[in-house]
Amino acid sequence: MAKAVLDALRGKFGAGILATSSHHGEDVAIVTRGALLDIARYLRDDPAMAFALPCYCTCIDYLGLEGLQPSAGTVPTAYASRTRGEGSGAPGARFAVVYELRSLVHGQRIRLKVPLAEDDLVVPSLSGLWPAFNWLEREAYDMYGVSFEGHPDLRRIFMYEEFIGHPLRKDYPKERRQPLVRREWTDE
Amino acid sequence: MGLEIATSKLEDAANWGRKFSLFTYPFVTACCGMEFMSVAAPKYDLARFGAEFPRFSPRQSDLLMIVGTITERQGPILKRVYDQMAEPKWVIAFGVCASTGGFYQNYSAMPGADQVIPVDVYIPGCPPRPEQVLDAIMLLMKRVQEGRGHSQVRHKREQLLRTGG
Repeated sequence: MAKAVLDALRGKFGAGILATSSHHGEDVAIVTRGALLDIARYLRDDPAMAFALPCYCTCIDYLGLEGLQPSAGTVPTAYASRTRGEGSGAPGARFAVVYELRSLVHGQRIRLKVPLAEDDLVVPSLSGLWPAFNWLEREAYDMYGVSFEGHPDLRRIFMYEEFIGHPLRKDYPKERRQPLVRREWTDE
Repeated sequence: MGLEIATSKLEDAANWGRKFSLFTYPFVTACCGMEFMSVAAPKYDLARFGAEFPRFSPRQSDLLMIVGTITERQGPILKRVYDQMAEPKWVIAFGVCASTGGFYQNYSAMPGADQVIPVDVYIPGCPPRPEQVLDAIMLLMKRVQEGRGHSQVRHKREQLLRTGG
């Protein structure tokens, strides 16, 4: 049943779908940035799809795994055990923005992944289609620095305005702190 | 007892009163708050030590209980709450997060509330046992009596500077 969704996407969007996979009931379509908006609109509006419920939007940093294909069989063991051998899905793409949608009518889920290169971290915003993605996209912007094109209010949501950088990137030093306030130490 | 108070210094008498009427301001940010409720509830009964009355206004309290993780973003708020409290005041860091940041060694967690305000007593534990908290209260009461709380020491120093300097 769920495979029907992936088949429909492949049939309808062709080159817009880079790859699909279906493991343990998780249906994933790796899509190009250019096709994302059309695919999303189709998934929402087509009665046979009716993905009305936006589950989440997030981002993945595949630092060091850029070259790997999803579910490739020939990955180094250390990587494989850590990541089940998944890369971002496109060579040279360090990040992947992930959208998960659910269709309550048909009882289906689908995950859309958009591979993105580090120097071109832009993706069309889906907050126009599902308003619930507004804050989730702000979170992805805050933590990973993804620019969502067409987002109505792209500001940081968790970190403070003074914060520099994006803390959930794998190359953000985990001990680096950016304090807002510190006291002067006396012998109190 | 009456004779003892009459013959001791006025400051000691005031401190004796202070230590048995600590008005707490629970600055509760995380799961340690549950343990704080447990300490305040009848089984462990913080009221036995005269610290029974949580005031939810910093202006009416003299003991700031930092209960839970302090993030960098909360730092200015914590400092503001502390600054609003009237002197003399005392601070307890409740739990390992408030004391040192705990296991949150990352971009968002402050490595201990004492980065922003002075702390009198640290309670380790994740979360601390209620008995530990009572122990800390008793330790603080001892300090209050001896005039060794941070704001008491600061007050004394400022007085010395004014009169002696």
